[in-house]
Amino acid sequence: MTGVANTSQGRRMVGIVLVSHSSGLAAEVAALARQIGGAHVPLAAAGGTEDGGVGTSPDRVAAAIEEVDRGDGVVLIPDLGSSVLTARLLESPGAVVLADVPFVEGAISAVVAAGGGASLDGVLAAAEEAWHVRKL
Amino acid sequence: MNTEFFAAWIDEIAATVRARRDHLTELDAAIGDADHGANLDRGFTAAREALAGASPPTPGALLVLVGSTLIRKVGGASGPLYGTAFREMGKAFGEAAEVSPAELSAALDAALSGVRRLGGAAEGDKTMVDALAPAARALAQAVRDGLKAEEALDAAAAAAGQGAEATIPLQARKGRASYLGPRSIGHEDPGAASTALVLGALKAAASR
Repeated sequence: MTGVANTSQGRRMVGIVLVSHSSGLAAEVAALARQIGGAHVPLAAAGGTEDGGVGTSPDRVAAAIEEVDRGDGVVLIPDLGSSVLTARLLESPGAVVLADVPFVEGAISAVVAAGGGASLDGVLAAAEEAWHVRKL
Repeated sequence: MNTEFFAAWIDEIAATVRARRDHLTELDAAIGDADHGANLDRGFTAAREALAGASPPTPGALLVLVGSTLIRKVGGASGPLYGTAFREMGKAFGEAAEVSPAELSAALDAALSGVRRLGGAAEGDKTMVDALAPAARALAQAVRDGLKAEEALDAAAAAAGQGAEATIPLQARKGRASYLGPRSIGHEDPGAASTALVLGALKAAASR
């Protein structure tokens, strides 16, 4: 699938969920990615436990998936440990997929690609390119 | 083994985890993030409450509910892992009202497969798999040898305990402790330790 697909809004937009142990980390990376990639991308941060602690809440992640889902697929970007396992439990082939990528760089690449109307596979591929972006 | 048996198992786990909570947290403080005891205590307490509220009709339904509750309530990586283990066991039991040691053995194999699939850990990586895998093998062997349920569970619990202890000299290759590299050597893996408690509780439930 390439080009611009038609959705209810008329333009394809893959959703992105940042999953972290820390609600602050998820929220700030989301803010950064939004600033670089565009405020129009459906992007949600799901960090921390429900009682505000460090950890992952499957309910929060599930709610975030629902929030960003425009019918074009959702990419989950976890940081590490329980975030990865929780994200894996919520995967749904072809609809909700996990990106195994560096958290900050992957999030920015994915948001930029989604903002440009890339397909689910395209957003995933863009996020994975973050593995090859060196800082120096 | 019927629904009451598995409800007793969850009760035993909740009580043991509560009693050993600080020990688990100490193990986790050495090579992880010092929340394993608290996380499991919260998870199994919630599981016990969920069972009291729902009264599931079969062992399978009971274990699936326990698994789903653990996934939602534990918070750490052990939530998805234990949750998957209990859900896989529950699914393996299907609609049966009563299960045999052979069926329990098959269910434990399913739990192990689920955990390995989700976490990607193999034996020797210093994770819960190092307690779960030998326990599953010991139970299968006990069933083949025709041991009574209580003896078979005894064998599984002993194997889990030995497996957990054998994680002490290992270097972690999965989970939070793997970030420590060689510094993870010399500590018992908290996930393997709690798995030994969970399987020890199965034996305790059988001798109730």
